[in-house]
Amino acid sequence: MRRKIKLLTKPGGKTMNKINNLADLRKMKDDLQNKINLRVKSDSPDAIVQIKVGMATSGIASGAKEIMNYFIEEIEKRNVEALVIQVGDMGYCYAEPTVEITRPGEDPVVFGYVTIDRADEIIEKYIKNGELVEGIIPANYHSID
Amino acid sequence: MTLINIKINGQELQVEEGITILQAAKKIDIEIPTLCYMNLKDLGITHNPGGCRICVVEVAGRRNLAPSCVTKVMEGMDIKTHTMRVLNARKTVMELILSDHPFECLTCAKNGNCDLQTLAQTLGVREIHYQGEQSSYKSDSSPAIIRDMDKCIMCRRCETMCNEVQTCGVLSGINRGFTAVVAPAFEQDLIQSPCTFCGQCVAVCPTGALTEQDHTNKVIRALADPNKTVIVQTAPAVRVALGEEFGLKPGTIVTGKMVAALRRLGFDRVFDTDFAADLTIMEEGTELLSRLTKFLAGDKDVKLPLLTSCCPAWVKFFEHNFPELKDIPSTAKSPQQMFGAIAKTYMADKLGVKREDLIVVSVMPCLAKKYESQREEFAVDGNPDVDYSISTRELAHLIKQSIGDFKHLPDEDFDKLMGQSTGAGVIFGNTGGVIEAACRTAYEIYTKKKLEKVEFEQLRGFEGVRSAVVDFDGLKLNIGIAHGLGNARKLLEAIQKGESEFHAIEIMACPGGCIGGGGQPLHHGDINILKARAAAIYREDEGKAIRKSHENPEIVKLYEEFLGQPMSEKAHHLLHTEYFDKKKKIYIEK
Amino acid sequence: MNKYKMHLLVCGGTGCKASQSNQIVEQLNAELESHGLEDEAKVVVTGCFGFCEQGPIVKVIPDNTFYTQVKPEDAKEIIEEHIIKGRKVHRLLYVDPTNKESVSDSKHMGFYQKQIRIALRNCGFLDPEDIDESIARDAYQALGKALMEMTPQEVIDVIKKSGLRGRGGGGFPTGLKWEIAAKQASDQKYVVCNADEGDPGAFMDRSVLEGDPHTVLEAMAICGYTMGADKGLIYIRAEYPLAIHRLKVAIKQAMEYGLLGKDILGTGFNFDIELRYGAGAFVCGEETALLHSMEGHRGEPTVKPPFPAESGYLGKPSNVNNVETFASVPVILLKGADWFASIGSEKSKGTKVFALAGKINNVGLIEVPMGITLREVIYEIGGGIKDGKKFKAVQTGGPSGGCLTEKHLDTPIDFDNLIAAGSMMGSGGMIVMDEDDCMVSIAKFFLEFTVEESCGKCSPCRIGNKRLHEILTKITEGKGTMEDLELLKNLSGVIKDTSLCGLGQTSPNPVLSTLANFWDEYVEHVIDKKCRAGKCTALKKYIIDAEACVGCTACARVCPVNAISGERKMPHEINQDICIKCGACYDKCKFSAIFIK
Repeated sequence: MRRKIKLLTKPGGKTMNKINNLADLRKMKDDLQNKINLRVKSDSPDAIVQIKVGMATSGIASGAKEIMNYFIEEIEKRNVEALVIQVGDMGYCYAEPTVEITRPGEDPVVFGYVTIDRADEIIEKYIKNGELVEGIIPANYHSID
Repeated sequence: MTLINIKINGQELQVEEGITILQAAKKIDIEIPTLCYMNLKDLGITHNPGGCRICVVEVAGRRNLAPSCVTKVMEGMDIKTHTMRVLNARKTVMELILSDHPFECLTCAKNGNCDLQTLAQTLGVREIHYQGEQSSYKSDSSPAIIRDMDKCIMCRRCETMCNEVQTCGVLSGINRGFTAVVAPAFEQDLIQSPCTFCGQCVAVCPTGALTEQDHTNKVIRALADPNKTVIVQTAPAVRVALGEEFGLKPGTIVTGKMVAALRRLGFDRVFDTDFAADLTIMEEGTELLSRLTKFLAGDKDVKLPLLTSCCPAWVKFFEHNFPELKDIPSTAKSPQQMFGAIAKTYMADKLGVKREDLIVVSVMPCLAKKYESQREEFAVDGNPDVDYSISTRELAHLIKQSIGDFKHLPDEDFDKLMGQSTGAGVIFGNTGGVIEAACRTAYEIYTKKKLEKVEFEQLRGFEGVRSAVVDFDGLKLNIGIAHGLGNARKLLEAIQKGESEFHAIEIMACPGGCIGGGGQPLHHGDINILKARAAAIYREDEGKAIRKSHENPEIVKLYEEFLGQPMSEKAHHLLHTEYFDKKKKIYIEK
Repeated sequence: MNKYKMHLLVCGGTGCKASQSNQIVEQLNAELESHGLEDEAKVVVTGCFGFCEQGPIVKVIPDNTFYTQVKPEDAKEIIEEHIIKGRKVHRLLYVDPTNKESVSDSKHMGFYQKQIRIALRNCGFLDPEDIDESIARDAYQALGKALMEMTPQEVIDVIKKSGLRGRGGGGFPTGLKWEIAAKQASDQKYVVCNADEGDPGAFMDRSVLEGDPHTVLEAMAICGYTMGADKGLIYIRAEYPLAIHRLKVAIKQAMEYGLLGKDILGTGFNFDIELRYGAGAFVCGEETALLHSMEGHRGEPTVKPPFPAESGYLGKPSNVNNVETFASVPVILLKGADWFASIGSEKSKGTKVFALAGKINNVGLIEVPMGITLREVIYEIGGGIKDGKKFKAVQTGGPSGGCLTEKHLDTPIDFDNLIAAGSMMGSGGMIVMDEDDCMVSIAKFFLEFTVEESCGKCSPCRIGNKRLHEILTKITEGKGTMEDLELLKNLSGVIKDTSLCGLGQTSPNPVLSTLANFWDEYVEHVIDKKCRAGKCTALKKYIIDAEACVGCTACARVCPVNAISGERKMPHEINQDICIKCGACYDKCKFSAIFIK
């Protein structure tokens, strides 16, 4: 069984360039991080902040998708080590969109009625510094897989 | 040379660095038993694959036993050669080997001359505790060699001879595990392989796995047939080795007793291949001079160097490996075949028998001669020039079974007309001998002067590849000599590349020349035996009244009465041959 | 570049590929496309996850959801439920064999919890055919560091200090091996990677090569730098087409980036790698045999010394290391010798990959720290014995390892402890046996393999192993004697003591260890003519319970040798002399009147 090996090309069709020195290799490594960053972070989920966004039908209807995208973009912009995970129905349909935040070593906290502004506040206060913000749903539940 | 300190069985000694435990033990007279090990030091052949595991010894601090034939001594090594553990291991391994070996010693060709048998006796094996399935392979019977691989113990000596010494590349290990065995590629028969039938594998085989194709019974049958006239020729190397089979010292010359024995066996005429060797010189020497003369006259097409063609294994070797050079060797037939051709014409007339009623037997130090005698071109209407070729060993068997006593036989002379020979014919048996004999005659013909000192010492020796310059009264001839096909290959590759400066090259397939042939009494790797045989050949030469082939009166008579001139049309027809490209003849049969 | 919110990792190892993981990838991509999600989630084909028992595996990132035994038609549900709605597809989750509960993600699986992945760190994580992913994950950083910032001796010192030992079986200190090769003066040297993985059921090297080829290439180049070699050769068996393909792709990509070839990273260091194919002979894993095979000769070992470091490939100094050994090298250089040495036991540092097989729940590939106990491996990672049966023995070290028992369960696994216990590390095979396994048959089974795979060069291995196998066969057929047991012992000892290479020096281990640990079972076979596991057919006795037999004659009619007789409606009887123990009557009887003794 012989397979043809495709000539490796960069997106855009150009043949790969030679890496000329170690500095270039190190820079290249950094540039390529986002290819696998998601996997690296999720490999040790308990070591970083986990942001679970409820994405059941009701969640999506109430704008969960936008909230999720906001988190993904903002944590990167603000250089926050966190993992954004989409989960199903959290059982708090009345409070959609809901977001569950788990700081390393701490119990999860669920926020309801999350808006873009609220999300901003959650990142700045709770995720970064552990300060509680408004909108916490009482902890009479257990985390959703 | 650095000396290091070791201890063997408690005895402290200093030995040179780099030697093996086996060699070190020998220095204090401890003979560690070996089986696969083979050391032909002066020929540059050492075979120590460490495969049989018989020679194991205990080395302090080592987890397992060490094979002494291949383990080198190291500073401070503490060796024990015969502890309980060692002796039990050797005996168990021996039992294992025997458990996979046919129990047919009494009818085996090697009975009484078998390394395995001797070693079993030495190790005191009286019972084989481990019995089971025995490996079995298809048997292979070629014109010269019989392979009975059921008896193979995988010592691989034959492989070393075939691949490293002879570079024929025919034999190698195939299969795995219990069914591993030495065989030609794809387990083909030898006849389908590029085997040259040099017989060096047979010469070193410790068991009956490789033996010669035995023609003694055919000879006995021919001798018993009242309608047949049976004549025999004996090659030069036979007379200096045959005695060994009867307990005589290596190098004892037994020419006279051999003739007496052959006569008592019932041969009608006992002739000498040496006579044919002289005839070979007449033809080959003339051919050399003719090519030389043309060359010196500026003929660019003339083929040089001239290669000798006496050795059938060598002939088959170049037919397989260098067919593009097939017009370089002398077209002269080998002495065996020249003898056969003359015997079935000239001698048949003299004896007044028809060709088909004349049986020509040859006694040769060689197994390839069996094959050569069966080559199609050496027969007339299916009747071969030489009917049966038997080896020195087979002759010894014939004598043992029919006469018994050999040592006390009287010395007798060869019969007339094809029995007289010169010293030049005798030295064919040694490496360098053919070319020396050729020089003796060619010198006198070319220079038209008498050669005072007939020995060309520069052409003698055991070196694998030799070169020498012979002065033909101002004409400097570059002579090359090789014995062993591996060495021959080197010279041929030089010719192929156009790097050869030689005018003539002598090649013998077997190490040492015919004295070390595959049909000789087994030397079991002892180089001193070969040296003694070589010395005896030169002694026989010295003892001869006539030492140049062209002075042999029977040869002179043969040309006068029958052939005319060397290279005459008749001589060409009877004494010359052609060679074939066998490269393409190797095929694989499904 | 796209910011995918999710990655779907699909195992592209040989095992999962055989179970249609290719089609799963196609289906997942098609589903993503049809839902317009191709920018939200991407499918990545990775190397092996190790959990081969339950393949094909699809792992969803970032939540680490671990789907097992996925079929192409499951793709739709995974995309629609999990990717779109965030709801896990429960029926595809892994079910813990002990408590029967499904496990949400790989982080909560016992199989992974005790593992530390060094050699396998990128297997099941990266796309092995995309060098960029490897580079993002530090590939060639160690090579760069070695070339730019370290002398060859400094690299060797780090490896020595790390305590890394050869993972191919021998356990020879890697740093020392490199140092010896480095000291040889020669115009040409070779780095050889031994990828001739021959133990039955072992696939650690294959997984590394399929899942993370760049690590091995990088390590070979590092080795070349330390010893002054500019040529690397990978001897890989031709039966590993996928590994060969991935290596070819990786070499080509690395060459294009200038990470292999001439003037690597502008340092003037040159290093090329070529593949050499083996035909799959077990003995070619032995380094001298491997070298002979690469040279085109018969693959059989030669006596050492000379060691390959002195005279190896084509007579030149060569350093031969196993795949897994190489795979540990780059990360040692990056994380430091102390980090590596902090993992493992006193004399065996780091981790070891094992191929877990046999009567165990979680069959697969695991990497564990040296010094872990067999109990942890079997019960915590392996999930215990299948079907709740009783543990009997575990065979480590491939076909020539030994069988360890209950009493060894708490022995920390490392090179030296395993040898002391009568087994060995080998390349990392681990086969678990339960009460239904007959230990004589097990020993016979392994001998069958070594008889087949012996090269035949040395007499004790060629003939001795055959005789061992024959004696074992005799015993399983009920024809053994007590003398045979003594012969087994002596012969095993001599084969170990006199064989030329590691194959023969270890092949009697299964016999010796079962004789030592299961002597009673041997005696039962010999004296009582009984096989307690019921595996030895010849020792089985089918007997009709006269009280339960109703005389229906069904058994007599099905018996192929007419060994059963009896009147209609009367109890039947089996003539033991004629019975061939085929079991047809046993299967036929509706009244459970036939039992096996």
